Amino acid sequence: MFKRLVLGLLLLIVVGVVGLAALAYRPALDPVTPPARDTFAAALVARGEMLAGAGYCATCHTAPGGPRYAGGYAMTTGFGTIYSTNITPDPETGIGRWSEAAFRRALREGVARDGSHLFPVFPYQHFNQVDDADIGALYAYFMTRDPVQAPARKPDMAFPLNVRALQAGWKLLYFREGAYGPITGKSAPWNRGAYLAEGLAHCSACHSPRNALGAEQLDAHRYTGAVVDGWYAPPLDRSNPAPVRWSEDELYTYLRQGATPLHGVAAGAMAEVVQGLRKLPDDDLRAIAVYFADRAGAVDDAASAAALARALSTSAQAAQPAGDAGARLFASACASCHYNRAPQPLTERPELGLNSAVTAADPSTLIQVILDGVSVEDGLPGVMMPGFAHSLDDAEIATLAAWLRRTRSEQPPWPDLPRTVAALRAAEAGRLTAAQP
Amino acid sequence: MSQFVLNGRPVTLDIDDDTPLLWALRDALHLKGTKFGCGIGFCGACTVHVNGRAIRSCVTPLGAVAGQQITTIEGLDPDGLHPLQKAWIAAQAPQCGYCQPGQIMQAATLLKDFPDPSDADINAVMAGNLCRCMAYPRIRKAIKLAAAELKDGTTHA
Repeated sequence: MFKRLVLGLLLLIVVGVVGLAALAYRPALDPVTPPARDTFAAALVARGEMLAGAGYCATCHTAPGGPRYAGGYAMTTGFGTIYSTNITPDPETGIGRWSEAAFRRALREGVARDGSHLFPVFPYQHFNQVDDADIGALYAYFMTRDPVQAPARKPDMAFPLNVRALQAGWKLLYFREGAYGPITGKSAPWNRGAYLAEGLAHCSACHSPRNALGAEQLDAHRYTGAVVDGWYAPPLDRSNPAPVRWSEDELYTYLRQGATPLHGVAAGAMAEVVQGLRKLPDDDLRAIAVYFADRAGAVDDAASAAALARALSTSAQAAQPAGDAGARLFASACASCHYNRAPQPLTERPELGLNSAVTAADPSTLIQVILDGVSVEDGLPGVMMPGFAHSLDDAEIATLAAWLRRTRSEQPPWPDLPRTVAALRAAEAGRLTAAQP
Repeated sequence: MSQFVLNGRPVTLDIDDDTPLLWALRDALHLKGTKFGCGIGFCGACTVHVNGRAIRSCVTPLGAVAGQQITTIEGLDPDGLHPLQKAWIAAQAPQCGYCQPGQIMQAATLLKDFPDPSDADINAVMAGNLCRCMAYPRIRKAIKLAAAELKDGTTHA
């Protein structure tokens, strides 16, 4: 009886393993001779460049200070650290020997040329929706980049998480194939915006929370915001707490300029997204704005105007600092650049009473910006903010952040600020150490 | 290796990217008009312009301004005749003079953003520029004089 049980169990295990292997199996696609550059029409390559901007591929596929697209960028996930791959056309360490079919399969199904599964840090669930013509253009673009010899770093994950075949199980649970299908009843710009946002721009990869297995929560939690790499990606749906609602115009201006007077600047992780999306023509940026304006819900002009007036009235009071420490810190170090008054804030003077970083559910973005500032490339090009990491200690930054939260928003206080500041400072130091070659 | 444009001229420096811009200006480039006061961005004595906007150079590393346009007090006007500089003399604003380059550089951005500044505007935007000699009333007077001249249209900012 016992022997039968053991045999039965063994059989079950064997069937399970064989079944998983069958599920996970993908054939290797034959390597090709790296295509010569002149096999790709210039117009196609140019289109590919624009689309690679829309997908801001360089952001993940370039190590800090490293050669473009040569990979090596570390992504810390709950499962370990994964390093991006080399997508230059280097024949040995990059994708030089990948056929267009192999490239397409990687984008659509998350499977490498050799048949191994890619980890879903590569957002193939989004790229799955990109059409053949666009994938062809992207292939032309990447095959005509400068090849760089840079072997991919192995992921730093504990067994069995690093077993790629297990990704087949993940895909069974969370991957739905299907090219983007236009929604009837929505305008052409809306559908174009949806195609771009859900496809190449993969916005929900940061702006939606993820479940315990790392999959985006695309149900009721879709676009409700998330923390990524120590930066908070705010909600893009009706739950966005910005005092002035995001209209289509504001969204377009934000994507085009990197800053708006009524919301703030694209800093941190969003800066590179905006820099990539900038390559898109105006129509496409407008389309993305139309799509997300719809998700954000109708704009109540009266409420927005009231919120604007309130924010400017509070900002104007920076001229007379009250007794508390937060007010004095702000008056000494911040008001010189952040003061605004009626009728309208200036884009160069980000109005903190309207800023997404202050109303966000998570203080990470605000703290990061206080620590490291905003570079000339990020946000409004040419305008910079210095970092105060060496000027203020954790307690002072916590005081300042709490004061801003209390006086510039109607949101509940952030819990445990000193600990959050310390953690972010440590994470930044850790990232700098990890980035050392 | 850092390269930027200083007072209209391209400059190349072989210094660590971490070096605060203040020390590059004073020690490497020998422009002593920009002053050290606190080193943490809380007194304003080190104020210069990056792409025309006031920034505290003591908390701005060289690496952050690569390729950008930097203006110091020495470069605010080629002949030292910026409306603010003339107003500063007319109002006899300086006492010891130490904070004044920073005050003027900050005031230049104030007037760009608020061409007709009220007392409240001046209080807030200049709040980060400390003057231990308490010459604030004369600084305020000079700012208003310069604003009036700019409003007249007789000169450009």
